[in-house]
Amino acid sequence: MNLMKVAEEAFNTGVEVPEFGAGDTVSVHYKIKEGTKERVQVFRGVVIQVKGSGAGKRFTVRKMSGNVGVERIFPINSPFIEKVELNRRGKVRRARIYYFRDLTGKKARIKEKRV
Amino acid sequence: MPGLIGKKIGMTSVFSAEGKNVPCTVIEAGPCVVTQVKTAETDGYAAVQLAFDEKREKSTTKPQQGHFQKAGTTPKAKLVEFKDFENEFKLGDVVSVDIIEEDTFVDVTGLSKGKGFQGVVKRHGFGGVGGQTHGQHNRGRAPGSLGASSFPSRVFKGMRMAGRTGGDRVKVENLRVLKVIPENNLILVKGSVPGANGSYLIIEM
Repeated sequence: MNLMKVAEEAFNTGVEVPEFGAGDTVSVHYKIKEGTKERVQVFRGVVIQVKGSGAGKRFTVRKMSGNVGVERIFPINSPFIEKVELNRRGKVRRARIYYFRDLTGKKARIKEKRV
Repeated sequence: MPGLIGKKIGMTSVFSAEGKNVPCTVIEAGPCVVTQVKTAETDGYAAVQLAFDEKREKSTTKPQQGHFQKAGTTPKAKLVEFKDFENEFKLGDVVSVDIIEEDTFVDVTGLSKGKGFQGVVKRHGFGGVGGQTHGQHNRGRAPGSLGASSFPSRVFKGMRMAGRTGGDRVKVENLRVLKVIPENNLILVKGSVPGANGSYLIIEM
């Protein structure tokens, strides 16, 4: 498996991504193409899960847009990700906080983790 | 065709320049040692025999040990002959991965994974019955008719039926080389290649 890593690292985008997990709030700056123009959009929300390893690692971010929940899955090695900011560390007991989808209002809050 | 012997390491996916996620196979290709040079005068045809991968001397037969000694190398596990190399080789020369260029196409030959005794749907791509109702009891994946009746009164040779599947020598043509990493003797080709991880492959340019 060692050689697999070598091959995957050859395609690294060089974007440093901070370490985060479920419950953390992150801002993902990602490039979107509109015709010929390219601009950066920010997607800020709570990380629901981090899935996979190596080149196939990806994470799901959930945010509330108005009162509609929006989830996006980002591959960590995607060339469209410009940077990922870690805004807040959340204290959760699970690696995949699917229950968070069903919570609304005051219940949909995650305590901050004390470091 | 000129080529190299390699080993399948595994599959992964990488992002291309356009941002597309491309499936690819990682192959450890070479370095190969020239163990025999065949010429038209001595052998009737011109070819180069390459050897790849270390092997214990204990598990090498005496005649083979002599063969490798002649080329001045340690015993190797896999020997393959290649034709039409452009440059001339001497015994003991090393052919490495840098003869493969990025963004070119290669053909990869390997031994496909054995699947055991399989029915016609998996083995030959038959469609099966295609339904569960109208009196189909338990023959959803049955082959159907083998031929006509009193004439010819027999089943033609080569009729596709169930049987041992996989374990065949398979060549996949025109795989794009996405990347060559000479430090680790690695190449990445787009798509899949036959065989299990760790099996030997023949890469031809």
